[in-house]
Amino acid sequence: MLQITDLHATVTASGAEKPILKGLSLTVNAGEVHAIMGPNGAGKSTLGYTLGGRPGYTVSGGSVSFDGQDLLALEPHERAAAGLFLGFQYPVEIPGVSNVQFLREALNAQRKARGEGPLSGGEFLKLAREKAGLLRMDMDMLKRPVNVGFSGGEKKRAEMVQMGILDPKFAILDETDSGLDIDALRIVGEGINAIMRKPDKAVLLITHYQRLLDYVRPDFVHVLAGGRIVRSGGPELALQLEEQGYEEVA
Amino acid sequence: MTTVALPSRKSEDFRYTDLDALAGVWPVAREEVLVPTGQSTSLSVVELGDNDVARHLVIEVEEGAAFDLRLLNAGGAFGRIAVDVTLGQGARFTLGAAQLGGGAQTLEIVTEVTHTAPDAVSRQVIRSVLAGRATGTYLGKVAVARGADGTDAEQSVRAMLLDRTATANARPELEIFADDVKCAHGCAVGELDATGLFYLQSRGLTPPDAKRLMLQAFIAEAFAGAPEEERLCAAALGRLGKLL
Repeated sequence: MLQITDLHATVTASGAEKPILKGLSLTVNAGEVHAIMGPNGAGKSTLGYTLGGRPGYTVSGGSVSFDGQDLLALEPHERAAAGLFLGFQYPVEIPGVSNVQFLREALNAQRKARGEGPLSGGEFLKLAREKAGLLRMDMDMLKRPVNVGFSGGEKKRAEMVQMGILDPKFAILDETDSGLDIDALRIVGEGINAIMRKPDKAVLLITHYQRLLDYVRPDFVHVLAGGRIVRSGGPELALQLEEQGYEEVA
Repeated sequence: MTTVALPSRKSEDFRYTDLDALAGVWPVAREEVLVPTGQSTSLSVVELGDNDVARHLVIEVEEGAAFDLRLLNAGGAFGRIAVDVTLGQGARFTLGAAQLGGGAQTLEIVTEVTHTAPDAVSRQVIRSVLAGRATGTYLGKVAVARGADGTDAEQSVRAMLLDRTATANARPELEIFADDVKCAHGCAVGELDATGLFYLQSRGLTPPDAKRLMLQAFIAEAFAGAPEEERLCAAALGRLGKLL
């Protein structure tokens, strides 16, 4: 589904271009969940933003193929319509725009790009109610402005409600577990499984901690350090990292 | 009564105007509105046409009366709306204005609100969205006369520049001759938040739709609570769609 080959990327910060990804290769097949772990500054979030197409993140080498398409040639909204979802580490507040309006417009924009008809208001609300229920989120919260006044945990749950509604093929979840208490972590973990654990979907979990992986069992675990995957293994690798730290393992 | 001589840029109220365009619509007729004691009325002025336009509203709101004025200033290469308001005791004046300009448009809203007697309230909310090489100006003076204690006046002025080539001028001004008054003004010129735009696009919205969604809320602040809120918002959105 996703094939990253020798990816090099730079980040522009205060006018200077800094190389962050330095030859990262990774293949994720349909039906798989991959976890990427790694120390601070390894390039984990840069990988997410580069795949999402965020301005300021420039690909300087390598390729990314998504379902046979050149992902890097697509604009961010085209990547979304192609089935890519990026769960933000810090979901953005959009004052004055309700979640319901935003998500309905976003979903219908994606459907239009795929040649599908729009969902009516009633159909959309039914879908939104179902997905909000999955994440135990009150529908009243979805009527409020996007992420405004939400706690850290509510923002992460709202991200997962968005994912449920948009129903992507591939989700990159950037530290979706950070800022969650124990109960919220379980709810979010179960939400990810319910939405994405399917034979035709795949997930890339970016995380610092083993604990999310207790709920969302990865098929593969990779260690990202210095802009490259330095080690790959099964779920046992995450446990080993938790015990021994990155320096020992990587 | 109309002033016949064309003003020059030395006149503060015309400092940023397009004098050539102004000459084409000069002299500007005074449109007088009287809101009698204790009454309450509203008016929406929507300028979306292709022709240059200059208007001058002269409004008197008598004791205990209320006037709700909404402006959508978006039409013509040149669009100027001047509003002079005189408030009696305990009167209330609400102004909500949106200016939406693109291309080489010059748009301006010039207000002078005079609190002549105690306890009057004025509220002004001005939102400008400017693209291309457009210029949007708000010059707003609040004058509080001697003895007009208990005056409560607010001006909230914000402009959003969609291109680096667009210009916003904002000058909220206070002239106070009374002691016990509450006058607040806030003013900001900015650009759309790039992180917010990426966030919306990452969910599938095209760049123009992401901008429209962010600006919709910004403009709506000018029309909140208006009797014709829906019509004004719809008209503004239609115009905004053409700017993006």
